[in-house]
Amino acid sequence: MASPDTACPVTIRIQEADFDIAREIAVLTQSRTDIGAVVSFSGICRADEDSAKVAALTLEHYPGMAEEEIRRHTDEAVSRWPLNGITVIHRVGRFMPGQNIVLVLTASQHRQAAFQAAEFLMDYLKTNAPFWKKEESATGTGWVVAHTRDDEAAARWTKP
Amino acid sequence: MKVKYFAWVRERVGKAEETIEPPASVRTVEELIAWLSARSEAYAYAFEKPKVIRAAIDHAHVKSDAVIAGAREIAFFPPMTGG
Repeated sequence: MASPDTACPVTIRIQEADFDIAREIAVLTQSRTDIGAVVSFSGICRADEDSAKVAALTLEHYPGMAEEEIRRHTDEAVSRWPLNGITVIHRVGRFMPGQNIVLVLTASQHRQAAFQAAEFLMDYLKTNAPFWKKEESATGTGWVVAHTRDDEAAARWTKP
Repeated sequence: MKVKYFAWVRERVGKAEETIEPPASVRTVEELIAWLSARSEAYAYAFEKPKVIRAAIDHAHVKSDAVIAGAREIAFFPPMTGG
């Protein structure tokens, strides 16, 4: 059996289907006793975007690069924090408000690494992973504009 | 080389991908954008603000001064909005 500090299975999936958070956590922690903390982040389709009512959201991605780019980020997370497992699931397709879009799970012996790695992964996913959102509202459809606040959130993880 | 377009760049160009053969004088991503822009109104519209456009060579992000020689696949897209 691999030692706890080197065993960090990474699962990356891009799919249309929904995910079951409890099931994904169970898969991440099954038959392991070295994990003391699992942080779960889920991104959900919101009905309000900059004061406009969103009826639906369509997620487009760059197949191939999306998986590779997420892998680069999980590799970096594994090199920066003592992690015992990572799961990233990003859905694509058309979503209604309230539906799941993205799931990030990070497992570690202690909570701090899991919290930080989950936040790091989400910040980089938003600014660097090739996904694009198109919104449908009462006034028409349009591509979501990238926020500088997301770039600022990602930039704080850059090593000096 | 194969070129792919995503999101509103794809919509403006009017296609998701194509194979192109730019002349040897087109050396960088920036020069490729200028070369494509000169092809038609649709490309000119897609690349009207070249500084906004992001590019990737063989699935990795690159800057506008990246050299395109040897690239199998180049992609152009707007800033990402996933997550």
